[in-house]
Amino acid sequence: MKQRLALLALVAAFALAPLAAGPYLLSVLMLVLTMAYLGQAWNIMMGFAGQLSLGHSLYGGLGAYVAAALFVQFGIPGALGLVAAIAVAVAAGAVIGALGFRFGVKGVYFALLTIAFAEFTRVLFEHIPGLGGPGGLFLPVASRAGVDLLYLRGHPLMFYYLILAMTVGIFLLCRRLLESRLGFYWLAVREDQEAAAALGINVFRAKMWAVMLSAGLTAAGGVFFAFYYNTLFPTQAFGMDRSISIILAPIVGGLGTLFGPILGALILTPLGETITWGTEALGFNAAGLKQLFYGLALLGIVKFLPDGVWPWLRRRLGWDGDEDGSA
Amino acid sequence: MNALSPMLSPPILSIEAVVKNFRGLRAVDGVSFTVAKGEIVALIGPNGAGKTTVFNMIAGVFAPNDGDILLEGQSLVGLRPDQVCRAGVGRTFQLVKPFGNLSVEENVVVGALRWAADVAEAKRLAREVLEMLGLADKRRLPARSLTLPDRKCLEVARALATRPKLLLLDEVMAGLRPAETDRMVETFQRLNRETGLTIVLIEHVMRAVMALSHRVVVINSGKPVCEGIPAEVVRDPRVLDCYLGEEAV
Ligand SMILES: Nc1ncnc2c1ncn2[C@@H]1O[C@H](COP(=O)(O)OP(=O)(O)OP(=O)(O)O)[C@@H](O)[C@H]1O
Ligand SMILES: [Mg+2]
Repeated sequence: MKQRLALLALVAAFALAPLAAGPYLLSVLMLVLTMAYLGQAWNIMMGFAGQLSLGHSLYGGLGAYVAAALFVQFGIPGALGLVAAIAVAVAAGAVIGALGFRFGVKGVYFALLTIAFAEFTRVLFEHIPGLGGPGGLFLPVASRAGVDLLYLRGHPLMFYYLILAMTVGIFLLCRRLLESRLGFYWLAVREDQEAAAALGINVFRAKMWAVMLSAGLTAAGGVFFAFYYNTLFPTQAFGMDRSISIILAPIVGGLGTLFGPILGALILTPLGETITWGTEALGFNAAGLKQLFYGLALLGIVKFLPDGVWPWLRRRLGWDGDEDGSA
Repeated sequence: MNALSPMLSPPILSIEAVVKNFRGLRAVDGVSFTVAKGEIVALIGPNGAGKTTVFNMIAGVFAPNDGDILLEGQSLVGLRPDQVCRAGVGRTFQLVKPFGNLSVEENVVVGALRWAADVAEAKRLAREVLEMLGLADKRRLPARSLTLPDRKCLEVARALATRPKLLLLDEVMAGLRPAETDRMVETFQRLNRETGLTIVLIEHVMRAVMALSHRVVVINSGKPVCEGIPAEVVRDPRVLDCYLGEEAV
């Protein structure tokens, strides 16, 4: 109950924020929401099903490029491109999953496989004609006014509420999943595959569902990225940096928890922005400083709160026995 | 006496001359036995005799190098562990494998989902099973916080929740106090009587073997030694020689 109220308050705060916040603060809040959304999508694979993907930029990048290319080349609306984007990413997830899970590639080796696919795809997209190559793909912006959800063109506020809706949506979806049969299967597989199989769970199938769902949801985040920022570069869209920034929020907030990705994003993004702002104000160029800070934050979490901030906070608040206790 | 009646029905499980090699080691070497519907059979033998390996072959963890395993006449060889479970075989692990970060209840819910129509139904059955095994008051605890005897009990609860026709128990009473052993034995007897559950148990605790089993199969170094009703088996010179020799029975 308390958790539900806390969530409602949080959503209300985000929904009302544009009344008070300026464009800069809004752009930071959008970063928070994007990080929370992508983290939640990644969390399905790692937090729920226990499969470590370090190449999640692959799915986001594929989603972004597919929808953007369809729009740039054929004028296909973003909302329709989204369907194709998700389909392509799900297919990519299925290929990686089938390879990894069928041949028993586990743990670190599976993670390496996911990185290899992301890197391979990055190189591939640098060489596909018509997608701009390393020079980037740019989406034409006719007008920054109005609201066109079909074409995903319009006012920044439209994008703000869109990503807010997506973040709330994926949270609710994940909660449903955790209470479902599939959710229990995932947790069992995460905890002990042999025991899960002995209880009748098709481990391969459970993992395939996880990677495909996670890939599809990540791709939707990628589409959002493409249409909001209007520029795509293979090095960024499929880059290791992107993959790492996807996994940070859930790890800091709490792997496998529903609030973890949100809390992690709320903690990391403002701190990261402060560092960027601080170094710029002091007038020295420190491009790697934010990454360094994220690295330190990660070290600190692993050392002092290995389960993440949310499980610790929940204990401190005495919300452990809450109805969503395991969340 | 109760050993005779189940013998008349066709076997639910037949192990036919199974062989399992691990590299150079012949861990199981031509073991055969059958288990009738509703029967409780103990599989005993010294450490390293190959008992757990027999279970792993039944459960689909690995296929036998030779021989066959039939469940109600259908071969289980080549099936995956999850398929064997869905065919109606529940098993516990000698080295317990709890879902450590899930609650005790959630552990059992996973088992119950094998047949339950939805999670709510699985939760209802999980409660029942936990009550029956005396774990109900610990149901909210994370499984990793349980003591070893409780973890063994949880193994049983999870396997039972899948509603198996055949239950394979691998040393679930090791480490229990005599009173706890007796209670566990009673639970299995009741399940066997009331639901007709067939049980094969590997057990070193002879108190449990004597009280529970209708029939005992003895193996040593992967080879069959003898089988019969408990009272006879424990006096068999071959069994005394290889296994029970020093133990007071
Ligand atoms: N996966 C495996 N790989 C290699 N050797 C194995 C494997 N499993 C079992 N063994 C070997 O096979 C033999 C039989 O082992 P098993 O576990 O079946 O014995 P057991 O009768 O269950 O013994 P215990 O009473 O100690 O549990 C042992 O020598 C063991 O070391
Ligand atoms: Mg054993």
